[in-house]
Amino acid sequence: MLDAQGIGLIIRRMAAEILERTRGTRKLGFVGVRNGGVPIAARIAAEILQIEQRTIPVGSIDIALYRDDAASALPDLKLGPSEIDYAIDGWDVVLIDDVLHTGRTTRAGIDALLDYGRPRRIWLAVLCDRGGRELPIAPDFAGCSVQVPPGYVLDVVAGGGDTDRAVVRKKSEDA
Amino acid sequence: MSGRTFRHSHLLSIGQLDRDDVTQVLDAAEAFVEVSRRPVRKVPAMRGKTVINMFFEASTRTRTSFELAGKRLSADVVNISGSSSSVSKGESLLDTCKTLDAMRPDIVVIRHSASGASEFVAKRVRCNVINGGDGAHEHPTQALLDAFAIRHAFGTLSGLKVAICGDITHSRVARSNAALLGKFGSEVRFCAPRPLMPSGVEALGVRVFHRLEEALEGVDVVMLLRIQRERLEGPLLPSLREYSRTYGVSQRHLELAAPRAIVMHPGPMNRGVEIHPALADGERSVILDQVEAGVAVRMAVLYLLSGDAGTRTPAQAASIAPPGN
Repeated sequence: MLDAQGIGLIIRRMAAEILERTRGTRKLGFVGVRNGGVPIAARIAAEILQIEQRTIPVGSIDIALYRDDAASALPDLKLGPSEIDYAIDGWDVVLIDDVLHTGRTTRAGIDALLDYGRPRRIWLAVLCDRGGRELPIAPDFAGCSVQVPPGYVLDVVAGGGDTDRAVVRKKSEDA
Repeated sequence: MSGRTFRHSHLLSIGQLDRDDVTQVLDAAEAFVEVSRRPVRKVPAMRGKTVINMFFEASTRTRTSFELAGKRLSADVVNISGSSSSVSKGESLLDTCKTLDAMRPDIVVIRHSASGASEFVAKRVRCNVINGGDGAHEHPTQALLDAFAIRHAFGTLSGLKVAICGDITHSRVARSNAALLGKFGSEVRFCAPRPLMPSGVEALGVRVFHRLEEALEGVDVVMLLRIQRERLEGPLLPSLREYSRTYGVSQRHLELAAPRAIVMHPGPMNRGVEIHPALADGERSVILDQVEAGVAVRMAVLYLLSGDAGTRTPAQAASIAPPGN
């Protein structure tokens, strides 16, 4: 569906859009949602550095401990550390993820972010919006929209390598 | 790998864990260290779950650390100590545990002076059980937090030389640490005067020393154990001063160890007895890092065990394979 070149183009366009819409904001920071959102946040920040010679601080958060099914789901063993090394109070923070689906991850991400401080505004940027929302959440920046039929999943790899891709594939048994 | 869950319902001994289990706990703990360092030290992961800390033996750090671990995960935490509970009115351990189990906690942490107490309870209750130290048997979360601190210092748990010095006979910490480090292929040395060295410890795969200078030769980790003053009344040790003279570790001894060696102590310390104050406060000491790691590791253990907490019947609980393999 999308190859490395296509993803690169989308990221460049998202960087330009984010700059355009947040113009005048002095305190602008990115936070990538682990794991998929982290490389995308770093790449958008790199684009912005190139376009405007402006360094945007990039953090990451793991939402496993904030999931709304934490009480019933099994513990997530991929749990990783969150790192936000700038004080987000009063900042405009762009929460960045690879795929937006039900909105539950975003909800958890917002909750997690608020435990680090009180941003002036939280924006949501996603590489792919695949629809299927279960919560009233909408992206401020969506790189692309994808229709994913029932029984299919959207796989995104966007680390910046040649094998980057976004593909819709049939859900396998072990997934 | 992503689908793999923690495969244990209880944490009773290091013996029940394999290397992957240990690595899972330590990896999860990495994430929890960060939680304890940020402005809001609380995550909602265990909201609505109940943890009971049942401490039939005195404890400051282990109990506080379990309590904070539970609270930082948003669990409701209740502390019960032996002296303030019905145990002091003669209720048996089992009756106390069954009574508390009927209140439907998800996880119970037990510290008890009898070896095997937590395993005994785990077979008879619905909730998940964590051994917070049982007699001279095991103290698994202490070994896990020590492993976390060691891994932090050296990046690995393999190929290290670790000397554990002090009252080995009465030490569950020594036993749990030897079991854990042995799994990763590190060399564990026990060092103690003969009366404080139990017979047959070689079966744990450790090397036995009676002279401090020999035990510390080239080691990466110097772990000191408290000389329990309450044991000194007996015939085991002539005097504190004599112990301190022959087994108290000071800066001078550290020079025998590897250049990058770290100093550990599970606490509480007897400054000037098993450890020289300058060493305890020195730059090689990771004693306070151990304490910080304790909260993170216990958060990891609570979190990983909370998966099926409170959902089993006692019969199911009893059918779970006993630990020790």
